[in-house]
Amino acid sequence: QEKETLSPERAEEAKLKAKYPTLAQKPGGSDFLMKRLQKGQKYFDSGDYNMAEAKMKNKQLPSAGPDKNLVTGDHIPTPQDLPQRKPSLLTSKLAG
Amino acid sequence: SYTADIISTVEFNHSGELLATGDKGGRVVIFQQEQENKTQSHSRGEYNVYSTFQSHEPEFDYLKSLEIEEKINKIRWLPQKNAAQFLLSTNDKTIKLWKISERDKRPEGYNLKEEDGRYRDPTTVTTLRVPVFRPMDLMVEASPRRIFANAHTYHINSISINSDYETYLSADDLRINLWHLEITDRSFNIVDIKPANMEELTEVITAAEFHPNSCNTFVYSSSKGTIRLCDMRASALCDRHSKLFEEPEDPSNRSFFSEIISSISDVKFSHSGRYMMTRDYLSVKIWDLNMENRPVETYQVHEYLRSKLCSLYENDCIFDKFECCWNGSDSIVMTGSYNNFFRMFDRNTKRDITLEASRENNKPRTVLKPRKVCASGKRKKDEISVDSLDFNKKILHTAWHPKENIIAVATTNNLYIFQDKMN
Repeated sequence: QEKETLSPERAEEAKLKAKYPTLAQKPGGSDFLMKRLQKGQKYFDSGDYNMAEAKMKNKQLPSAGPDKNLVTGDHIPTPQDLPQRKPSLLTSKLAG
Repeated sequence: SYTADIISTVEFNHSGELLATGDKGGRVVIFQQEQENKTQSHSRGEYNVYSTFQSHEPEFDYLKSLEIEEKINKIRWLPQKNAAQFLLSTNDKTIKLWKISERDKRPEGYNLKEEDGRYRDPTTVTTLRVPVFRPMDLMVEASPRRIFANAHTYHINSISINSDYETYLSADDLRINLWHLEITDRSFNIVDIKPANMEELTEVITAAEFHPNSCNTFVYSSSKGTIRLCDMRASALCDRHSKLFEEPEDPSNRSFFSEIISSISDVKFSHSGRYMMTRDYLSVKIWDLNMENRPVETYQVHEYLRSKLCSLYENDCIFDKFECCWNGSDSIVMTGSYNNFFRMFDRNTKRDITLEASRENNKPRTVLKPRKVCASGKRKKDEISVDSLDFNKKILHTAWHPKENIIAVATTNNLYIFQDKMN
């Protein structure tokens, strides 16, 4: 059986599938769309919130504020604990 | 380095005298071109900081448990009508109209107030004088005049001012709204592509812009590589497009990456209004508004990346959103790339050039040297190989002066302003 030369794009696709065999069969698209729409979402629902609250009872609240990379359900900042943004520097580096 | 300094948008005003930048920290910095110095006729005026202000602050929507970034996604200038300047700036959720005005004189000689503002004891006033205006050091003040909030469930990616100068549109992933600049408590939804069942979602809106001359016409681009042109005269809700621009794809070439790299990250009308330009991951395309079935011109920005898509997917670079822009006469188009490279394509001569915005070339009046990427094979001297490209150094935002050959190029947290050599 003759092996066709793959286009660069198809060759890259083969590389990706070799690395991640469980990657969805459908072409890349919808998963990214949903991720894009959910940008900024901290908690999935109140169940998520309560799970995190239960876990937090056994943990000390970190003083620096929640790590953005924490999986939801593991940590729950109260409004008071939300990362306090550094006071706005009126001068950006461009204006300095 | 301090991430709040990351530049997220760059825009010249209509005269080109002012250049606004927005950053990840929610600040706007405006530069002003110096008046031309008659003794230095060999160069145009430099751009110096004119005004800087905090446009947006980070917010947390408790009801939806949503963090709202203060990053400025877009700035658009209004044409100047009086002494003050106005611009619209937007983050993911809220659009603001800012007035930037100059104050170069102040009143002095009040009868009832001291110069420092304290009130005088009226019984000590024995004579009357007429207060007068005296010159003072120029002060530039920015004040928010309108706040257009609570109209977007999803993240705003575009704002565009209509040629009627009274209305503007704002677009998020699924909807486009029409606003009147004077009215903040109401906006009209003119496009809604949200499916009844979110599981049927197949594409999102990636950019939108009003036509420069026809106040009833606007376009919006999608994550599937299509552009829809809509006419607001046709119906109140422009869910049905007047024109659909899409280049047919070769189905045998389709891969996992096809849709991702076809997603349009920017759409810009030419100044003439006859063409529009789109930017997808690897190319820039020019479309004639009269021809829907394919672009009239296609320019490869960095075709050598096609054989790197796997790693670009793994490091998320494949989702980078590059912008593009026209020069004032619509003869040249420009867009950014990686390694702090940016590209220009001359539509008439069909020549293209790759330049680099970096500190090494930073001495004023240095002529930029063209760069070249070696895709494969033996690398010539002065060429850079694809594997040596720094994918963290991306130029996503560029702007071209509306009248002159002056360009603004934003690297991650530096702004470069280049002008062409004058003889």
